[in-house]
Amino acid sequence: MEKKTLFDKIWDAHVVKSVPSGPDVFFIDKHFIHEVTSPVAFLNLEKRGVGVLHPQRTVGTPDHNVPTVDQDKTIKDKLSRMQVEKLRENCKKHGIELHDLGSAHHGIVHVIGPELGITQPGMTIVCGDSHTSTHGAFGAIAFGIGTSEVEMVLATQCIMQSKAKKMRITVDGELSAGVTSKDIILYIIAKISAAGATGYFVEYAGSAIESLSMEARMTICNMSIEMGARGGLIAPDETTFDYLKGKQYSPKGEEWDKAVAYWKSLKTDDGAVFDKEYHFDAADIEPMITYGTNPGMGIKVKGNIPSTEGMEGSNKTSYLKSLDYMGFAPGEAIQGKKVDFVFVGSCTNGRIEDIRSVANYVKGKKKADNITAWIVPGSREVEKMAHEEGLVKILEEAGFELRQPGCSACLAMNDDKIPSGKYAVSTSNRNFEGRQGPGARTMLASPLTVAAVAVKGEICDPREIF
Amino acid sequence: MAYDKFNVLTSTVVPLPTENVDTDQIIPARFLKATEREGFGDNLFRDWRYDVEGNPKKDFVLNDSTYAGKILLAGRNFGSGSSREHAVWALYDYGFRCVVSSFFADIFKNNCLNIGVLPVTISPEFADVLFAAIEADPSTEVEVDIDTQKITLLSTGQSESFDINAYKKENMKNGFDDIDYLLNLKGEIEEFEKGRA
Repeated sequence: MEKKTLFDKIWDAHVVKSVPSGPDVFFIDKHFIHEVTSPVAFLNLEKRGVGVLHPQRTVGTPDHNVPTVDQDKTIKDKLSRMQVEKLRENCKKHGIELHDLGSAHHGIVHVIGPELGITQPGMTIVCGDSHTSTHGAFGAIAFGIGTSEVEMVLATQCIMQSKAKKMRITVDGELSAGVTSKDIILYIIAKISAAGATGYFVEYAGSAIESLSMEARMTICNMSIEMGARGGLIAPDETTFDYLKGKQYSPKGEEWDKAVAYWKSLKTDDGAVFDKEYHFDAADIEPMITYGTNPGMGIKVKGNIPSTEGMEGSNKTSYLKSLDYMGFAPGEAIQGKKVDFVFVGSCTNGRIEDIRSVANYVKGKKKADNITAWIVPGSREVEKMAHEEGLVKILEEAGFELRQPGCSACLAMNDDKIPSGKYAVSTSNRNFEGRQGPGARTMLASPLTVAAVAVKGEICDPREIF
Repeated sequence: MAYDKFNVLTSTVVPLPTENVDTDQIIPARFLKATEREGFGDNLFRDWRYDVEGNPKKDFVLNDSTYAGKILLAGRNFGSGSSREHAVWALYDYGFRCVVSSFFADIFKNNCLNIGVLPVTISPEFADVLFAAIEADPSTEVEVDIDTQKITLLSTGQSESFDINAYKKENMKNGFDDIDYLLNLKGEIEEFEKGRA
C-alpha cells in the first residue's frame, strides 16, 4: 500500500477534482471569517447574484480592528465600525454564526475556533488570515487565503489550490526549564529562514512536540507562515482528544467514539516520504528573541546580533536596512537593551496558558518603571478564566494593563499602537517594519521572556530571575 | 471579479531590490479598513513612500520620476507575511500588472493570480541583469509574454522562461477568475459531498 503522510491523507480526502495541469478543486470543511478580509467577498457575491452555499460551515467574529477598551460601546473609529457592522449584516443576511463583540465566545478567530471545538482533526479549515495555520495543531489542514478565495468558499465551499510539497520538522528530546514552544518555533524559523518553507506544508513531529500541550502546539503551527510555509500540522493524539472532549461543538456520545477512532488513523505512515526533512535537538534550544524586521532574524537572548561577514549585495543592504530600522548594530549583544513596551496577546500567545505563564512569573514582582505592559486575552473565555483563576489580580498588581479581547497591538489596526521609535517585546508573530504602529520596533519572544523583560525593563533571559 | 486580460506586456520597470518585502510594507494594516475594493493604490508602500506628515519621501522609488511602468521588479521573497489580498489590490490599483522576482511568498503569489497581476519568477542571475540594466537606463523596456512564458530584456534580447500552470495561464489570458470555474462545477461538488456523508 502507498505510504502516506498525514498531510496526504487529509488533502487527498478533500479533492473534488484535479484540474489537468492545474490546481485541485479542494473542499473546505470549516471557514472562519472576520471583518477585514470578508466584506469585499460578500460584495462580489452580491454583484454576481450568488448566495452562500453552506452557511453552517462558516463562522464569523470581529477581531482584527476592534478596540480593546469599552467594547460595550459603539466603536469610535468610523471605518472599523463600518467593517464590524458589515460583518454583522453579512452574517445575519446569510445565516452565518457570529460571535460578536461582547458575546460569551467573542475573540480572535484562531483562539475561539479551537476553544469551541469547531476545529477538529482531519478537517480542512481556511480563513482570510495567514495565521489560520494555528488550527493545524489539531491535525487539520488549515491555511490562510485571500479575499477572492473567501468568496469562492462562500459560493462553492471549494477553492482552487495546488497541493504543497511536504516537509517534516522533527524536534526530539527534552526542553530545558524556561524554554517554551514559542522558543522552539523562533529557533526553527531562525534556522531555516523566513522563506525556508515556502511552497511546503510542514508536519511537526518528535518527542519534544508530542510533549506539548494543545496551546503550545498552536503557537508552533501558528507561526508556520513566518517561514513561508502554507501551513503546519501535528498528528492528533491523546492530548488533542482530551482537549476537545466536552467542547461545545465536539462530537458527543457514540459520535465521539467514532470520531476518535477516525482521528487515531490520522498520522504519517512509517516509511512515507517527505520532500524535505529537518531534525533538531530540543536540548539546543534556548529562550529566543528577534532583533530584525522579519521573524527569521532571531537569536538566543544571550546571543549577539550577527555580523555582516559573508553578506554581500542586496542581501547585505537589506540586512543593514533592517538593523537601521531597529536601531541596532551588527555584532552587538541583545541582552541589556532598553525596552519601552511589552505586549502579551495575539493568536500566537493569547491563550490561557500564556497568561498563566506570565502571571506565575510576575507574581509578587513589579514591572519596571520604563515599561508599559499590555495584556490582551485572545478571547472572552480566556479573559473569564484569567479572572476566575486570580491571574488578573496578580497581573494588575504587577502593573500590567488588562485589555479586552482582539488582535490588538499585534497588527495595530486599532488604537493599540507602539509609538514610533519605541521598542516592544511582544508575544505576537511578526516583527515587520511598522507592524505594531508606524516606526514601532518589535522584538518577538515567548510570554515567559516578555514577563522577565517587563520586570527588568530590558532584554533579559527569563531563566536568570526565576 | 473579472480583470484585464493579460497577453503581452511591454513596459518600463520600477525597481525595488529590497529583500523580504512583506505585505505590511506593501499595504500597512491600518489601511485595510475598507468594505469595498477601492483606492488601495494610494496607500501602496505607504510608510516607505510617505513620512508621518504625509509628505513623499524623496528617496523611495515610487516618488522618483525617473522610474515608471506597469512592471515591478522586486527583491527576493517578495510578499511574505499576511494573506491580505489588499496588497495585490494596491499594486493593481496603482497600475502594476506584473511583479517580477527571484522568489515569491506563496499566498501572495496565489492572490496575484486570482486578481490578474502576473507573478513572474526568474533566476537570481537574471534578476541581477535586469536590476543592472534598469539602473543604467531607466527607459529600458521589458516584455512579458504569457503565451510563450517568456520575459525579455528588450535592449539586449536576453530572456528567460517562467512557469505558470496551464489553467491559470488560460484564466490570465481571458481575464477569468476561479469563481466562474467553480460555479460551473456545482454538480461535481454536490456529488463529492454526497460521497463523503
